[in-house]
Amino acid sequence: MGTGYNKTHNILVLADHLSHTKTIQFNEDMLMKKSILFVCVILLALILITPASICKAAEPYKIGAVFSVTGRTSFLGEPERNSAKMFEEQINAAGGINGHPIELIVYDTEGDATKAKNRIERLIRKDKVIAIIGPSLSGTTMAVIPVIEKAEIPFVSCAASIKIVQPVKKWVFKTPQTDTQAVEAIYLHMKKHGLTRTALLTANTGFGSSGRVQLKKLAPKMGINIVADEVFGPKDTSMTAQLTKIRGTDAQVIIGWTVGPTQVIMIKNWKQLGMDKKFRFYESHGFGSKRNIELAGGAAEGVYAPLGRVVVADILPADHPQRNFVLKYKNDYEKKFKAEVSTFGGHAWDAMAMVTMALKAVGPDKAKIRDYLENIKGFAGTGGVFNMSPQDHCGLDSGAFEMIVVKDGKWALTD
Amino acid sequence: MENYGLINQLAQYLITGITVGSIYAIVGIGFNIIYNATEIINFAQGEFVMLGGLVMVTLVHTVHLPMPLAFLITIAIVTLVGLLMERLAIFPLKETSVMRLVIMTIALSILIKGLAMFVWGKNSFALKPFSGDTPLSLLGASIVPQTLWIIGITVLLVVLLSLFFGRTIIGKAMSACADNLEAASLVGINAQRMVMLSFMLSAGLGAVAGMIITPMALMEYDRGAMLALKGFGACILGGLGNFYGAVVAGILLGLIESYGAGLISSGYKDALALGALLLVLFIKPSGLLGSAEASKLKKF
Amino acid sequence: MGRRNLIGILFFSIFILLFPLVGRISAVSHYVDIMIFVGLTAMITMGLSLLMGYAGQISLGHAAFYGLGAYTSGILTAKYGINPWPALLAGIFLSAAVAVIVGSPSLKLRGHYLAMATLAFGEIIYIIFNETVSLTEGPDGFGNIPHLSIFGFKFESILANYYLVWAVAIIMLIFLLNIIHSRVGRALSSIHGSEIAAMTMGVNASRYKIQVFVISAAMASVAGSLYAHYVQFINPPVFDLFFSIKLLMMVIIGGMASVWGAIIGAALITFLPEWLLFLEDFDILAYGLVLLLIIIFLPKGLFSLPGILYRSVTPRLKSRS
Repeated sequence: MGTGYNKTHNILVLADHLSHTKTIQFNEDMLMKKSILFVCVILLALILITPASICKAAEPYKIGAVFSVTGRTSFLGEPERNSAKMFEEQINAAGGINGHPIELIVYDTEGDATKAKNRIERLIRKDKVIAIIGPSLSGTTMAVIPVIEKAEIPFVSCAASIKIVQPVKKWVFKTPQTDTQAVEAIYLHMKKHGLTRTALLTANTGFGSSGRVQLKKLAPKMGINIVADEVFGPKDTSMTAQLTKIRGTDAQVIIGWTVGPTQVIMIKNWKQLGMDKKFRFYESHGFGSKRNIELAGGAAEGVYAPLGRVVVADILPADHPQRNFVLKYKNDYEKKFKAEVSTFGGHAWDAMAMVTMALKAVGPDKAKIRDYLENIKGFAGTGGVFNMSPQDHCGLDSGAFEMIVVKDGKWALTD
Repeated sequence: MENYGLINQLAQYLITGITVGSIYAIVGIGFNIIYNATEIINFAQGEFVMLGGLVMVTLVHTVHLPMPLAFLITIAIVTLVGLLMERLAIFPLKETSVMRLVIMTIALSILIKGLAMFVWGKNSFALKPFSGDTPLSLLGASIVPQTLWIIGITVLLVVLLSLFFGRTIIGKAMSACADNLEAASLVGINAQRMVMLSFMLSAGLGAVAGMIITPMALMEYDRGAMLALKGFGACILGGLGNFYGAVVAGILLGLIESYGAGLISSGYKDALALGALLLVLFIKPSGLLGSAEASKLKKF
Repeated sequence: MGRRNLIGILFFSIFILLFPLVGRISAVSHYVDIMIFVGLTAMITMGLSLLMGYAGQISLGHAAFYGLGAYTSGILTAKYGINPWPALLAGIFLSAAVAVIVGSPSLKLRGHYLAMATLAFGEIIYIIFNETVSLTEGPDGFGNIPHLSIFGFKFESILANYYLVWAVAIIMLIFLLNIIHSRVGRALSSIHGSEIAAMTMGVNASRYKIQVFVISAAMASVAGSLYAHYVQFINPPVFDLFFSIKLLMMVIIGGMASVWGAIIGAALITFLPEWLLFLEDFDILAYGLVLLLIIIFLPKGLFSLPGILYRSVTPRLKSRS
């Protein structure tokens, strides 16, 4: 307090001399000038407010991460942050990488593209990290890609959109399954059951709209007929009007594409309107939380969804290649955070796993890490088995989902 | 195709519109009560709704209180929040500009939202319906019992409030302050006390809105802003300070959204409602039921 | 515009010129990037402070003009390959035209009605950004927006963009200070004082109000275009209602009575989350609390702080000498 006070005061006095103002008398003119100077002082003071960096004995490998931990899309960012932190803890407990501990620096983007860009700059310039994982959203990822490419730093996104890796960008990778794969899973399942006419019910958010685009793009190729295309807002309290409109069509199936409370509200409305007997309901791969079944209070019964294996680890067949890895992650997570595991947290876990694998193999060299990431083969993560290549920076095959139906308030595998 | 014609659809849109609109109406009334006492728009109004829903969820599903008791306790708790808010943040700012107070309520809403995030986390919560979940049928439209609760409670609140403002001494004093603050002070009404009361009343109303909507639409810490926005729309469209106006306008907005989504375009439903609001304001600058003369007496 | 403001601009320009030196200090090297956003935001808040502080009108829709500028520039350059400079001009004209169309009926409204009307306008524009997928790619947003360039020099680096943005911001500042200290400025403050009185004195209040609204919209549009060319990617959430509310908050926290206040407000609200990052999840609470304290203890905004300090220092100084 004292020093800042004196500094401000000294600068003000100095300014007096500079401007040759002889009057010491208090007047408006002077006040104004002080105020303008104060603008400069405040901005200069920014420099003083910085925590000193802590030095450690063994040089840690710094990995940066940005997730939307708070804000509208916190349901993505929070499990991602938790998973990444848990990974850091486990690897350091096991002695780190080649004797080096890892230091994970996580910043919150609040789902905001501008903030995401600021945080990435901070990670690159101030924290000087070796690699970056996150952001959680396609929008925030797309906004930071120019920065990443310019800074030439290995980057593994945790967002779904296919645009992130198509066209391929040199430094950009991603772990989540793309929406396309989830859409394919649903359409294949529909056709297997002889259903071809669908209504779309999507949120006008990044997640919903990205799904909507893929649903519309793939439909003609896969022989599916879209008979209604309705949207709603992420904070809407009722989807009854949209469903009523769908009810008047000859759709056989409703595909709902959203995350957050609306994914529960829409199936509640579907059940309340008595539409469950006539229209089968598919949710997106974002539906994978048992909480949703509880929240829907019985309305989730009979709802289908393509889900990642993390969520359904305990019902996977014993000989499934991913089972052990996924089950361990699930159990660790649920024990540590007393919260249910979600597919989203797994994306960050996979990203951490790949980056640390690279670090272990090639050391803290950004270009070599990038080359290593591009050549990862047969890595069984939470999202599926990754086979990266120069043409494919996601590397997951289409079999990354299990089609699940809600039965007696539980997930059940279906064919 | 099942036997489901246009008539059934129109009936369903009507029910949906009225239900959603009732919530906008209650939030709108909350805005009006505080506006009348202070001329400010309380941006934290949506936070009262959010708190109402989440406190009720905790009392019913964690503490396992019976619903009616939980209902009353929730109102009491949120009313207390309203009181604290006024005493700690609004009262100390007396003799200030309306803009500064409005910004204060924005800061408060950020703070309350932050606190709620720590208490309840970021997940959504469900509340069991007040009386079952078996839909009734009317003209082919299905009506969940909770819909009837929402509409019924809204009607009850409007009746109770008009009795309060028309028949009780305190209510009349509050209306007097709303009409002319200086004149009211001259006849011995304690205006400060009325401001405090208005915050409590408005918080209590918000809590009710939150409790009746949660069984239908779930609730989470950051729902407040969106509900406040709609309620603000209702209160302006109806005419600032006029609570019958807020009811009419709230339901009207709900209907425009519902019919707009069903018959025109679900993507533009909010734009349609806002467009209608703009149109009304351009034709009648003081809202549907607002009086131009009364609003000239106000600075804001 | 007065000697005090000239000196102010001189000092401020020197400060802006030297600020990138902080880039050499590792711990704050990312501040130059943040300062770009302060500059962009300040362009909007300065216009808003003219509208609010001098003309006494409120707007909760300025994020929409920011968005109109960004989307016009983004779409014309990334999708139709048009040179960024005419695209920027197109943004200004579009925003100004929209401001006239929306402003003429809206600015007849008073107080909260005006707030709601501008808010509704902003939301409608936001919905249009989301829904016209063929043009804007909807909520996904789009990238590949080129950097600005002039005479073969490409504004690619952070530093180049920093100087570009702040040069534009300072030009706007000088322009606004000139307006304020002209006949128009006096007419505006007379409207703020009492519209009816101003009109009886022969001031055409509604014309002045619309002019200021259009100027502030055009400034926001320029900021939007520069944003698009700097970040190279745009999506709707950047231009939503919450940003409009934040802009309003910046103007009031900074001090409504001065365009300088608008700059401080923009700087504080943009930097604040950065300083609170170490609190992790608690940052939202601290953020709310800081705002609360400023509103309670600095009724006239941050801009009044030096005055208050000065007043408390002077008596002591005098007694010492």
